[in-house]
Amino acid sequence: MDTRALARRIRVHALRMVNRGGSSHIGSIFSEADVLAVLYGAVLRVDPARPDWPDRDRFVLSKGHAGAGVYAALAERGFFPVEWLDTHCADGSRLSGHVSHKGVPGVELSTGSLGHGLPVCGGMAYAAKLAGKTHRVFCLLSDGECDEGSNWEAAMFAAHHRLDNLVAVVDYNKIQSLAPVADTLRLEPFADKWRSFGWEAREVDGHDHDALRAAFGASRDRPVVVIAHTVKGRGVSFMENSVLWHYRTPRDAEYDAALAELTAAAP
Amino acid sequence: MRDAFVARLLERATADPRIMLITADLGFGVLTRFAEALPRQYLNVGVAEQNLAAVATGMALEGHVVFTYSIGNFPTLRCLEQLRNDACYHGAAVKSVAIGGGFSYGPLGFSHFATEDLAILRALPGMTVVAPGDLWEAEESVDALIAAPGPAYLRLDKSSAGRTNAAGEGFALGRSRRVRDGGDVTLVACGGILGDAVAAADALAGEGLRCRVLSMHTLTPVDGAGLAAACAETGGLVTIEEHVVSGGLGGAVAEHCLEHGLRPRAFARLGLRGEFATTVGGQAYLRDVYGMGRTAIMAAARDIAARK
Repeated sequence: MDTRALARRIRVHALRMVNRGGSSHIGSIFSEADVLAVLYGAVLRVDPARPDWPDRDRFVLSKGHAGAGVYAALAERGFFPVEWLDTHCADGSRLSGHVSHKGVPGVELSTGSLGHGLPVCGGMAYAAKLAGKTHRVFCLLSDGECDEGSNWEAAMFAAHHRLDNLVAVVDYNKIQSLAPVADTLRLEPFADKWRSFGWEAREVDGHDHDALRAAFGASRDRPVVVIAHTVKGRGVSFMENSVLWHYRTPRDAEYDAALAELTAAAP
Repeated sequence: MRDAFVARLLERATADPRIMLITADLGFGVLTRFAEALPRQYLNVGVAEQNLAAVATGMALEGHVVFTYSIGNFPTLRCLEQLRNDACYHGAAVKSVAIGGGFSYGPLGFSHFATEDLAILRALPGMTVVAPGDLWEAEESVDALIAAPGPAYLRLDKSSAGRTNAAGEGFALGRSRRVRDGGDVTLVACGGILGDAVAAADALAGEGLRCRVLSMHTLTPVDGAGLAAACAETGGLVTIEEHVVSGGLGGAVAEHCLEHGLRPRAFARLGLRGEFATTVGGQAYLRDVYGMGRTAIMAAARDIAARK
């Protein structure tokens, strides 16, 4: 699948979903969109016809607030009808603002409270090792989410057990809920933190599809973290690098302008 | 109770490779046999209870039946949201086991008193909550929780509580056990404090007061039939728990009775009320200090009998 086209479709779907649903986190969804597109378009071994296929790669969105991006990716991959996306956050919908697995094929774990995904993925990866299975477990975290201590418990666990089938991806867009990450709770030296915990850390431009694809290659003997340097709000000029679009819902003229930028963009 | 639990779990895990035992660095000397016999089914995640519950969930989602092990409030309150969001919401077979229910670690102080756990865990949808009253119930709980799908909380008592089972007796989650029979008052107990209830009933028999003793080992689901019979056939209920009365056994019984039109003629709840236990001491001593031991049970039973 053309991952760049997929990324654009994810962004357009998400913009519509957030607008219709009156929900938020569009900036966080735009920053992760390329990571999702590369994973779902080129990396993950999954089968939409068999979402519970035992040998599938597992993907967990730990930054559950950006769930619209995952729903869009799953719909585009054929896990469920694209029309479902129109119900996002509506009364009675199965597509909640934070990602949920109930009734949604392809979602492995319901999240929304931060710091849950990576620890559960540690258990999934450990179980795969015990069973001698070769599938991989991918977990996408936000940068602000790395404030949660549970992630560092999981980081120690994964390194101790040399879970080379586990890949953490951090959507490092440098902005958390209220202010820049650097002004809230500094992460740097971020890659060194992971390395000191026993992980292989790879830093890439999180919007460069070739670089992302290469970074998702397996390690020989340890868990891998892909620190994806991204831009919050990527793809819409007035949303980029703006704290405002963590929570703001695009409405009316803002929505039209954002949609115009996304649909005009190549490819 | 702890040793009985581990021995039965080892027996079951030997025959069933799905079963895992994960500790958060507690169980010195207790888990050694299991760890040596089944190294692939044993894991120590370190002093990291959030990770304990989450790793257990990840493994359970991959088909394992996972028992997590720690003491006091550590495998429950410390990682409550992991139990709620990860284990319960996903219906994962995570069986959280706490050693040291109530005042088991009485000399160690309040941080090690598990006295709100039952109420808090009982509020989690999908969570089966079990507090065995004796060694036999502890062993049978292991089998029952392996057979039951989904998450569970198993609260064990550090004290040895003997065995109260009759020959050939069966154990079922959600079905209380009539350990003593009588028509004057019903003593409803959960956890190892059942031993005090039995002792109180035996002593009261000498006074001519005949008490029924129910071991309500399962709080979720609570035994409605057993309570209905007790309300209809005896003069009233006394609930006994090494726990705060709100939301635990006393809360569960009160809720059930009112919602189902059961009307015990008199009702009393023994347990902690509106305070943290701050006194230090042995388990039996603290039961007396906080008004839930044998003496308090006898007084409550006499009071109920007098109100008939």
